[in-house]
Amino acid sequence: MSAVSDAEAARRGKSGLFSLAKTAPWFIAAVLLICLPLVFNSGAGFTVMNQMAITIIFALAYNMLLGQGGMLSFGHAVYMGLGGFFCVHLMNMVEYDGLMLPLPLLPLFGGLFGLLFAFIIGSFSTRRAGTVFAMISLGVGELIASLSIIVVAFFGGEEGVSGDRTMGPEVAGFDFAQQSEVYYLTAAWLFISALAMFLYSRTPIGRISNAVRDNEERAEFLGYSQRYVRWISFCASGFFAGIAGGLFAINFEILTEENLNLATSGSILLITFLGGVGFFLGPVIGAIVFTLLQTVLSLYTEIWALYVGLLFVLTVMFFPSGLAGVIAIHVRPWQLGKIGLLAAPYLKMIVPAALFVFSCAAVLEILFHARHAALGEEEMWLYGLTINSQGVWPLTIAIAIAVVSLIILKRLAPSLKEAWDEANHQETGS
Amino acid sequence: MRKLTGLLLGVAIAGLTATASFAADTIKFAFIDPLSGPFAATGQQGLSQYKFAADELVNKKGGVLGKEFEIVAFDNKISPKESLIQLQVAIDQGIRFIVQGNSSGVANALTDAIKKHNKRNPDARVLFLNYSAVDPALTNDKCNFWHFRFDANADIKMDALTDIIAANDDIKKVYLIGQDYSFGKAVAAAAVKMLGEKRPDIEIVGNELHPIGRVKDFTPYARKIMSSGADAMITGNWGADMVGLGKSVIAAGYDNPIYTYYAAADGITKTFGADGKGKVKLVGEGQLNPPPNDRADAYAKAFKAKYPDTDIGQPRIANVMEMLAKAIDQAGSDTDMVAIGKALEGMEHDSLWGTKVFMRPDDHQVIQNVHILAHTDDGVSHDFDNSGYGLVVESTVEMASADAPTTCKMDRPE
Amino acid sequence: MSLLAVNLLDGLVTGLLLFMLCSGLTLIFSMMGVLNFAHASFYMLGAYFAYQISTYVGFWPGLIIAPVAVGIAGALIERYGLRRVHQYGHVPELIFTFGLALLIEEVVQFFWGKSHMAYYEPEVFKFAAFSIAGNAFPAYKVFMIFVAIAIFLVLLYILTRTRVGLIIQAALSYPATVQNLGHNVPLVFMGVFGVGTAMAGLAGVIAGPVLGTFPGMAVVLGSIVFVTIVIGGLGSLWGALIASLLIGWMQTFAASYNVTMADILMAVGIDKPVDLSDNALRDLWTLTLPQIGPILPYLLMVLVLVIRPRGLLGKRET
Repeated sequence: MSAVSDAEAARRGKSGLFSLAKTAPWFIAAVLLICLPLVFNSGAGFTVMNQMAITIIFALAYNMLLGQGGMLSFGHAVYMGLGGFFCVHLMNMVEYDGLMLPLPLLPLFGGLFGLLFAFIIGSFSTRRAGTVFAMISLGVGELIASLSIIVVAFFGGEEGVSGDRTMGPEVAGFDFAQQSEVYYLTAAWLFISALAMFLYSRTPIGRISNAVRDNEERAEFLGYSQRYVRWISFCASGFFAGIAGGLFAINFEILTEENLNLATSGSILLITFLGGVGFFLGPVIGAIVFTLLQTVLSLYTEIWALYVGLLFVLTVMFFPSGLAGVIAIHVRPWQLGKIGLLAAPYLKMIVPAALFVFSCAAVLEILFHARHAALGEEEMWLYGLTINSQGVWPLTIAIAIAVVSLIILKRLAPSLKEAWDEANHQETGS
Repeated sequence: MRKLTGLLLGVAIAGLTATASFAADTIKFAFIDPLSGPFAATGQQGLSQYKFAADELVNKKGGVLGKEFEIVAFDNKISPKESLIQLQVAIDQGIRFIVQGNSSGVANALTDAIKKHNKRNPDARVLFLNYSAVDPALTNDKCNFWHFRFDANADIKMDALTDIIAANDDIKKVYLIGQDYSFGKAVAAAAVKMLGEKRPDIEIVGNELHPIGRVKDFTPYARKIMSSGADAMITGNWGADMVGLGKSVIAAGYDNPIYTYYAAADGITKTFGADGKGKVKLVGEGQLNPPPNDRADAYAKAFKAKYPDTDIGQPRIANVMEMLAKAIDQAGSDTDMVAIGKALEGMEHDSLWGTKVFMRPDDHQVIQNVHILAHTDDGVSHDFDNSGYGLVVESTVEMASADAPTTCKMDRPE
Repeated sequence: MSLLAVNLLDGLVTGLLLFMLCSGLTLIFSMMGVLNFAHASFYMLGAYFAYQISTYVGFWPGLIIAPVAVGIAGALIERYGLRRVHQYGHVPELIFTFGLALLIEEVVQFFWGKSHMAYYEPEVFKFAAFSIAGNAFPAYKVFMIFVAIAIFLVLLYILTRTRVGLIIQAALSYPATVQNLGHNVPLVFMGVFGVGTAMAGLAGVIAGPVLGTFPGMAVVLGSIVFVTIVIGGLGSLWGALIASLLIGWMQTFAASYNVTMADILMAVGIDKPVDLSDNALRDLWTLTLPQIGPILPYLLMVLVLVIRPRGLLGKRET
């Protein structure tokens, strides 16, 4: 899937780097980044958007390994975390030692620190690909996360290291006390980093990284050392992860062991895969969806992690090319001008599909409430209704809706299949 | 997919911008603690107690300033980063009181963030009511006007504990073991210092830290404790590390007191069961057995009737609610955080649990009676984990550490 | 000296327990090429199932029923989940098991909540089998040793003396050829996955009462299991046994002896700074062996991978 889309991009790349079709998405992205605060202007809105932007950079950096280089890492949080810790220490040097470092440049130093560590670790971990690389990354990740508790001087132990971003010299009248100012700083870095990573993937070294991923022996025969190619990709990825770490330091003003541990490394793997590793935009989508699930869904339900786990497992099972892959399969009907054919079956299915999802969630919520709520607290609030979780009827109704909507979906599936085939079919005559 | 994103964005807007519209009717407390993940049991237990205390002690008496207390739960997944996000969400919803207790790491992050927030946003200040995080630094070097601690801190507990140990001439050798992080180190340092002052003849036969949450099997540690010949051991361990350590030393044949900070409730009492009787002791505030008065007895019974699967593991939560109600009433406002903070400083309160509670103005550390509690099934009228076992007061240190020094230099707002 | 004997026994228990997990995992990995990240989650399921059964009918039926139930669950997951993902390649497979590990932890919390379960060893074992210099050695641990050794012998017998074992052994070395010979490889896969997870479940059943039954029990053990099979060499049962025992003893001895970095540094002639409070290397000076005990296996794994990527007794490189 990815090889095809990359080849496609390469073919079109010949038509000029600065064609309208290539630059338009970036303009749209820039306008979107500038305008978002007009909609989400609460403090929490900014916090969530900053968090999202940081996760996007980190996920894109991670995908330089997984998607473009075919290297599966279980310890990539280390490079983001180390970059972040370094930045907090720089922030404290600004505050206490009078270091004159303007805040907007801070992430760059985080990136360089991440690069340095990626260079060191990569020198032995990138010798081999596959499981050996994955297990070394796991081991190194675990070692550094454990060391962060032991080495209090640098990592601050389990309470971490905190700083104050407002102590540096003002830049154009901004002291970055407000979340909105931090947002624009983060957004600018997001734009620059994303563009840089995109352009990197189009350079010869980015291409060779794809070649090594697909067949390391052939790449070797072409005269490229697979090991150095992996090492370079690893360093580049470490650099951008470090930038994300620097932005994390600015946004949260604290770094802890959590920034380095395996859970964080694991979630970036989930995010990237959920979004789709074969597409440049995949990690972006994954980061947005995951951040929303994590911060917003957890406000509404206690068992949010169960839903995230389910979503993840189902994605791997049914859409291994991720959410971006779901979008990508619509590109061909779109190019054929037949996307309209899909509208009617989609519209027919959306109601039963939504019913199915919500009724399944209702079954889980009712069961969970019945099992874990306080005695006597039989009433629960679900989709605006107040129901009795101990009663038989709410559960029966929820299950009934789920079953009925599933049957309807099954009935509708053939017509969707038909429309799908038709929409993807190119008339040879025309 | 785009539809899904649109839907989620819609949910997000609803969640993030639905703010002050309903904020006026109640006084809201943001409960920011783990409600999912490995430490969720403690978080859930705290949440149940807050909800019960708010209803029973405040709302049933007509509330404060004509408003009721409402507890709004936020799941921080015990992560400092998530806590800061949830703090921001809570502030956006117009919530001005933040309660948190699990993990001193999170408390450190929150107190720092709240200090910065109050400095940067003087018109939307918030108070931090810490009911459980006991790292001494929070009321010493890291103290600030907005932070109030309702639990005895690690030093105070150790002060009380060493008083009891010092009075027991049978104890000649003490073994210290704890988790390798700030709290574990604070416990060990306080024990060494205070035992050295109170009973220089006691030999500390072991003083060690083990990696937090990573030890699968405590048997090797138990062997060391056994061969050291310790007459008593002291540990600040909590959660799975407490259970693992306790089970291993008992299985290895240890038959002396294990002085702990957190070896009760959330399944731990039930797990120790008969094995822990006569061995597991706990230093803490709050008295359930024997009930100090009829009111406390009735309160605990009513709680159990409503929440049969959880316990009053953190009795101080009742104090938090009662003292806040008083402070808001005295300040005559539920939005003027400076006035409420000043009303809370120096407040003396007669606790439900039969002790006086004094909020020391120098460092915002509560001073109260601290007990040594024994894990047993004799004379237990309020058990934990429905196991028949519970904590019975063995000895009491009145107003523990009332004149202990603090390094706090409180910076008070105008 | 007596402490040494006790530590050797304790390390043996830890090592054999680890082996019960690793033997299944290494079989699954060698055959299917998939590092099953959820393996420790099946161990957790075993403990919870057994706990639930023990509340109705006591410990002993659980010892049989729970591993079988876990094995069936494992086989079903292989049939309807993993086999589907298999066609996409190894990375999605690995990620699938990774997600499965998260999901199982959530499902366990969904049903049993977040507290510790009161799951105990049976009354008949509640005595000290013997004691060495005041250190009691519980009878239950003796039982654990025997169960683990029995499992190893049964496994060895199946692998070397039965027809199924021959096919599995062949598949360990030449998976493609075995398929070409017309064996029903998917069925063998499902069987191996089911048996492997059942063994993890059995480990959970007998370890639950000792190490605690709680939602974090899989995470605590989680990645150490991979570390062990990577060190031992993928696909080697003997390698898994040796690595398990090695790690069991390593962890036991690391926790038992308070060797400090200060001792080592002073022994080589470096003077300890008088004031450590502001020294950048203060953490190095206070470092002790028990502190770093749990990360030693990871260090060992990285070293093994860098020096000898096939592991101690591995037959082929990954």
